Amino acid sequence: MKRTILLLALVLSPALASAAGAPVKLDQVKIDLGDQKSLQNGARIFVNYCLSCHSAAYMRYNRMGKDLGISEELVKENLLFAADKVGDLMKAVMPAEDAKAVFGVVPPDLTVISRSRGPNWLYTYMRAFYRDDKSYSGWNNTVFPHVAMPHVLYEWQGQQRAVFDKDGKFEKFEVERPGSMSTKDYDAAMRDLTNFLVYLGEPAKLERYRLGVWVILFLLVLLVFAYLLKKEYWKDVH
Amino acid sequence: MLVMVIQIVTGLFLAMHYKPDTALAFASVEYIMRDVPWGWLLRYLHAVGASFFFIVIYLHMFRGLIYGSHRAPRELIWIIGMIIYVVLMATAFLGYLLPWGNMSYWGAQVIISLFDAIPWVGPPLAEWIRGDFVVSDATLNRFFALHFFIPVLILPALVFVHIVALHKVGSNNPDGIEIKKNKGPDGTPVDGIPFHPYYSVKDIVGVVVFLLIYAAVVFFAPELGGLFLEHDNFVPANILQTPPEIVPLWYFTPYYSILRANVYNFLWIDAKIWGVVFMGLAIVVFFFLPWLDRSPVKSVRYRGWIYKTALTIFVISFIVLGYLGMKPASGINLILAQIFTVIYFAFFILMPWFTKIDKTKPVPERVT
Repeated sequence: MKRTILLLALVLSPALASAAGAPVKLDQVKIDLGDQKSLQNGARIFVNYCLSCHSAAYMRYNRMGKDLGISEELVKENLLFAADKVGDLMKAVMPAEDAKAVFGVVPPDLTVISRSRGPNWLYTYMRAFYRDDKSYSGWNNTVFPHVAMPHVLYEWQGQQRAVFDKDGKFEKFEVERPGSMSTKDYDAAMRDLTNFLVYLGEPAKLERYRLGVWVILFLLVLLVFAYLLKKEYWKDVH
Repeated sequence: MLVMVIQIVTGLFLAMHYKPDTALAFASVEYIMRDVPWGWLLRYLHAVGASFFFIVIYLHMFRGLIYGSHRAPRELIWIIGMIIYVVLMATAFLGYLLPWGNMSYWGAQVIISLFDAIPWVGPPLAEWIRGDFVVSDATLNRFFALHFFIPVLILPALVFVHIVALHKVGSNNPDGIEIKKNKGPDGTPVDGIPFHPYYSVKDIVGVVVFLLIYAAVVFFAPELGGLFLEHDNFVPANILQTPPEIVPLWYFTPYYSILRANVYNFLWIDAKIWGVVFMGLAIVVFFFLPWLDRSPVKSVRYRGWIYKTALTIFVISFIVLGYLGMKPASGINLILAQIFTVIYFAFFILMPWFTKIDKTKPVPERVT
């Protein structure tokens, strides 16, 4: 058995080595769906900024409010810019045709974006915009080169310039003009936004963990009794 | 059996909320995940259940190979089992299109285009399967109908026949001894024990262990790092944009590797056709296993070192091919896939020879 594992490891090692090496190193973000304050802040940023152009059209406002501990009245007062009822789906403020005319593409729906891109990608992406006069919007992104989206939150983050080495490989960012937030505050805000996007991708996740523990505990207890029963029946078989 | 029942029951409730329409399918899955009470649980049970169905079937086949359950007098059981396996693959493929994610879409596009490779009838056949020139609304709608029809009507019938055929000759045992040859005065096998209560009680333990692993995945890692639910399938199907790498789910990847390992045009026949032929053969060859195996004994307990080694190498090649099937087929990966494809087929082609010369130990008269 040991030999088999060793052989397998030897066989797989070259394949594993070639699989590594993404274009840009992604920063790690700590996701904590139990942190309701962070989720609420993320929701506030999302609805105020992202939802102008992007939709989250598989999600309803009142479900978000319920999960995040925001009452229906508060949702109605503070978060309903693009809808009339709290039970509505979270559609974008900007009509799709207008967005296509402005950006060239329709901004993608963001409901399950965290499940296709992953939280680290989103977190890095939202902090990786830099000035690029050659691009149409005046902005570019190291994680998503030639992205059509301009840097919406530049007032917070400020403007940064990307430094590349002679092979065209990204090295680091240099701040050109600081924004209204410090780097630390901006990273924290983006962490909250990413946290919210992870929640948005799968609202059932918290319930899933909670319920899962009980299911596993029940099955473990059942296993003990099932095993004892089997032993009792099989004791006369040798 | 249990997995089949789980799949049918969860599938039934999912079908009550799902809409087989290209404009609505993706949204209806997210609707099930959010707005339908317990919908997320049903969906995960069903999606993870599909993978677990293949896990138990692969383990079941592997046990057959170890203890010689494919050998006479159980050839018929093995063949019916293989038909179940093929039907299951078809069902899984049909069902994978339904969430209408981008990987669903392009996976179906690639697999259906394999039929294109068949000379003469290929293109019209592929068109007939799709009901269109590309995978479209017509395809989605008929896949939904077939994904319901096959597992609900055909699969249970096959499982029933599988068990009936087993009843005729009785279960095998780890010794590979025919217990019906040694009957006591009352006509029942001396070494046999009745299924109930012995195996019904033993199987409860097995079922609970299975449910533990299954529940752990469903509740704590339903995507299993993209292995059971792929990341690219959370992007709605887009005819204009292919995912970075089109790969099927893990249970198909060994065959997908074999398909892609064929890159040479040979005998004036296109490489793609060879790929399809070898992929088909890789599955068909399992049907002939009862006759390829020429060993005088059944169980691995009394076989020599050659069979043990060969089986180990075969299992390794199956796993490695499965792994390579998820990676881009280029450079070292392609060469490895080609090597392991040869090993895969060598196991079957050389089997009549190595099982015959393999030294065997004497099989006892009675079950140990």
